[in-house]
Amino acid sequence: MEIPYTITEREDTGLTNPKLGIWLFLASELMLFGALFSSYLVLRLSGSSWPVQAEELSVPLGTLNTAILISSSITMVMSWVALKAQDFKKFRLHLGLTIILALLFLFIKIVFEYMPKFEHHHYMSTNNFFGIYFTMTGLHALHIIAGVVVNGYLWGPGSKMWKSEPEKFTNRIEVSGLYWHFVDLVWIFLFPVLYLL
Amino acid sequence: MADAQSHLTVYRNVFLALLVLTVVTVAVAGLNVGTGAAVGIALLIAAFKGSLVANYFMHLATERKLIYMLLVLTVAFFLALMIIPLTDILTHVRQ
Repeated sequence: MEIPYTITEREDTGLTNPKLGIWLFLASELMLFGALFSSYLVLRLSGSSWPVQAEELSVPLGTLNTAILISSSITMVMSWVALKAQDFKKFRLHLGLTIILALLFLFIKIVFEYMPKFEHHHYMSTNNFFGIYFTMTGLHALHIIAGVVVNGYLWGPGSKMWKSEPEKFTNRIEVSGLYWHFVDLVWIFLFPVLYLL
Repeated sequence: MADAQSHLTVYRNVFLALLVLTVVTVAVAGLNVGTGAAVGIALLIAAFKGSLVANYFMHLATERKLIYMLLVLTVAFFLALMIIPLTDILTHVRQ
């Protein structure tokens, strides 16, 4: 079944269906992460002991990963701008960079942050701090993986749509970008809350 | 084309602002300003960075009214999720 209003805006909403859909999804995502931020507050403020977070986690690696995600957000928006300017080559370059930066984020997170923690026997079950740290960053990492899968598809086989339905494809990149910027936005809050405060 | 160029300039400036604010967040965390002030400053900077991403990268600044209505509702519930446990903790745990 063809989804209506993927290019033209509906009169009643003033939006295309995919755009309204992704914002509804992001609203639900905000509540999902909100529940975890709320859990963090409860654990941290009512618990008797809490480690100095900056001593448990690597602030330089967290800062580096923040810069990487911010960079991936600008390349994502540039890929959409390139399609708007009918420049498919530039689109592929920028979306490709977005995917590489996302993979770099995951590589640093897993190899330089998670794995040394496991080597030092720090798991979710170790204490409340590591419990909520692994839950929040793990859920965020799953979102990064989902973004890589979707953007990977749009970079590869999904990009064939550019030839047949360029406007629809451009909107797909916009919607995928909205998701990706949200993932960046969540990290902007996760970083100070888990690493610095 | 001039319009596209000005958009690119905005994106670049937002990107640079986000990088600078990340460095500021880390630098402020290194100062000894007390827990309350540190939390306030870090969350203020994060909120400002978040609004830059939402307004410019996600084009919220020029978005339709329906999305604002949807987000106002979501943010209200999000704040309830934060405030309800917080009031409970502040009145029962920290007396």
